[in-house]
Amino acid sequence: MGAESLTGDDKSSIAELRGATKRFGAVVAARNINLSINRGEFLSFLGPSGCGKTTALRMLAGFETPTEGDIYLDGQRVNDIPPHQRPVNMVFQHYALFPHLTVAENICYGLRQRRPRPPAVEIEAAVNRALETVRLPGFGPRRIWEMSGGQQQRVALARAIINEPKLLLLDEPMAALDKKLRHDMQIELQTLQRKLGITFILVTHDQEEALSMSDRICIMLDGGIVQIGSPRELYDRPKNRYVADFVGKSNFFEGKVTSVSGETADMRGAGGISFIGHASAGIATGQSAIASLRPEQISLSRGSGDVPVTVVNRIFLGEHTEYLVQNPDLGQFLILASRQAEAGEGNLEPGETGSVRWRDGAALILNND
Amino acid sequence: MSTRLRTSLLLAPATAWLLAMLVLPLVVVAVFSFGERAAAGGYSAAFTLENFANLGARWAAFKNTLMLAPAGTLMCLIIAYPLAYYLAVKVDPKWRTLLLILVIVPFWTSILIRSYAWIYLLGGQGIPKLISTLGFGNPRLINTPFAVLIGITYGYLPLMVFPIYVSLERLDKRLLEASADLGSPPWRSFLQVTLPLSTPGVATGCMLVFILLMGEFLIPAMLGGGKVFFVGNALVDLFLQSRNWPYGAAVAVALVVIMLVTVTAYMRFTRRWAGGRDDVSLM
Ligand SMILES: Nc1ncnc2c1ncn2[C@@H]1O[C@H](COP(=O)(O)OP(=O)(O)O)[C@@H](O)[C@H]1O
Ligand SMILES: [Mg+2]
Repeated sequence: MGAESLTGDDKSSIAELRGATKRFGAVVAARNINLSINRGEFLSFLGPSGCGKTTALRMLAGFETPTEGDIYLDGQRVNDIPPHQRPVNMVFQHYALFPHLTVAENICYGLRQRRPRPPAVEIEAAVNRALETVRLPGFGPRRIWEMSGGQQQRVALARAIINEPKLLLLDEPMAALDKKLRHDMQIELQTLQRKLGITFILVTHDQEEALSMSDRICIMLDGGIVQIGSPRELYDRPKNRYVADFVGKSNFFEGKVTSVSGETADMRGAGGISFIGHASAGIATGQSAIASLRPEQISLSRGSGDVPVTVVNRIFLGEHTEYLVQNPDLGQFLILASRQAEAGEGNLEPGETGSVRWRDGAALILNND
Repeated sequence: MSTRLRTSLLLAPATAWLLAMLVLPLVVVAVFSFGERAAAGGYSAAFTLENFANLGARWAAFKNTLMLAPAGTLMCLIIAYPLAYYLAVKVDPKWRTLLLILVIVPFWTSILIRSYAWIYLLGGQGIPKLISTLGFGNPRLINTPFAVLIGITYGYLPLMVFPIYVSLERLDKRLLEASADLGSPPWRSFLQVTLPLSTPGVATGCMLVFILLMGEFLIPAMLGGGKVFFVGNALVDLFLQSRNWPYGAAVAVALVVIMLVTVTAYMRFTRRWAGGRDDVSLM
């Protein structure tokens, strides 16, 4: 992260965490988090359960005060400002809708807290607009328990966006939805974000969700940020094995670096098999390293070649077929073959042998840490 | 065996118990209320409405009950709500169980003994003496409606604390966070979220205390000194002293009717108040 993004008077930054650390007794839930959130962007916190995503979000919302470090909203230090005075709204993990209020009453809750309170007609109009926005027109008088999971999620969303927050925080909003509904909701959420121009921060443990929706993703592990970048950057230039594994599938092969020239390194794996590709920072000749090779960058053919393999398993995925293959030196790894690629070669059955290839530069040479 | 038959068989003991212990006595009381007092006391069969026509003679008992039972319920509510709130929300969880036990500790001793304690506290040597020593006049507490009110409030407080405690304890804390997130300061979140969501507990507690207070006789007898008597005291008097069973039965029937009416009205009211929610338990 550049130093200038930490200055706070950076006009493009809507929120910032500076060295934010949160301890719960001996547990460090957030570890020295430095992050500047750009105005209008869609940012995701991605990481496994328990890595501190919710804690980071709750520090922005004001439910947790950082043990160390500072939180800035719109250039102002807000460590001591309680949640109800922050221009931030949150969609809670299990929605936290008010069970004693109707859908409309839930949605207008935020507007009714404003002082002076807006006139009733204005509130009603805003509620109707919000219901339109989340595609629930006419559902206002309903009771919360009469709504399905997906509908409740929209109500929670409407309740948050009606306040036109500077920052909308979403804590695993899609986790409780089934797959089809989740996909629809992802698209809707993205459309909504563009339409409203509000900065969204999404917490998720679902890499596909993060990859498909975000402008930037913040990969977290054990309370700290491992890498921040656009989905493409993270996919093409993961900093280490953890990121490469978390963002998309990858195969990992251990070996020794035999040469480095510029940004490219050559690593020799088991059996002297060569992996050439972009080297992470600090990779030097002679060190042991890991090569990451995406399944779709490996091609499989019937003929013999440098890297012979036996097909162990095959899964048909529609447009692609995923092969699990075995090489005496490299062990088992995955290949993703497109239908197009298969058309020429014909598909291989489990037990058949063939060979694999990848072009120079396809691999990523990562530090072995 | 059909499910239905099995259910009936399983329910048979409970049904028999209810019939023998609840319905039958009620029927007996209802029948007695239309009878006449036998010469030596007790019941002699007849059909007369005279017992009901004479209810006015016991008006004072009804008046006291109908004023002090709601007043006692209200006092219990006013004291129990903050206490339950403290126990459910504020207190350090490691002390919670201990404090909850302390709330029920008084139940481990008979109300008779505890009322004796109050007789002493409210009597000439107790609180009134303290007040007069401090120079605030010479108040009389024992044998007044106020003494009875203190006694019933004290006696029934735990029955109000527990249902409210349970409903507050169950309250999802994230709802309060959501409320804060939407711009509500803590005190307004209390009014808009905590209070409405604890109404089931409040309704249950009020109902419990009110119904039991309507039938109370021990505390008024001890702390009211025969001056502040409840319908319960009238019944003791009519059945055990003057042995006018039919008149006593009529008073009892009147009390049951009054309770049915107030409780039904109250349930209607709370149900509307709770916005027609199904999850509001009214006992
Ligand atoms: N209020 C709390 N008290 C104690 N530990 C907590 C609390 N909140 C979170 N933690 C701990 O902090 C870590 C991070 O939690 P969280 O931020 O909820 O993770 P995530 O949202 O990524 O699943 C976990 O180990 C969790 O157990
Ligand atoms: Mg979480």
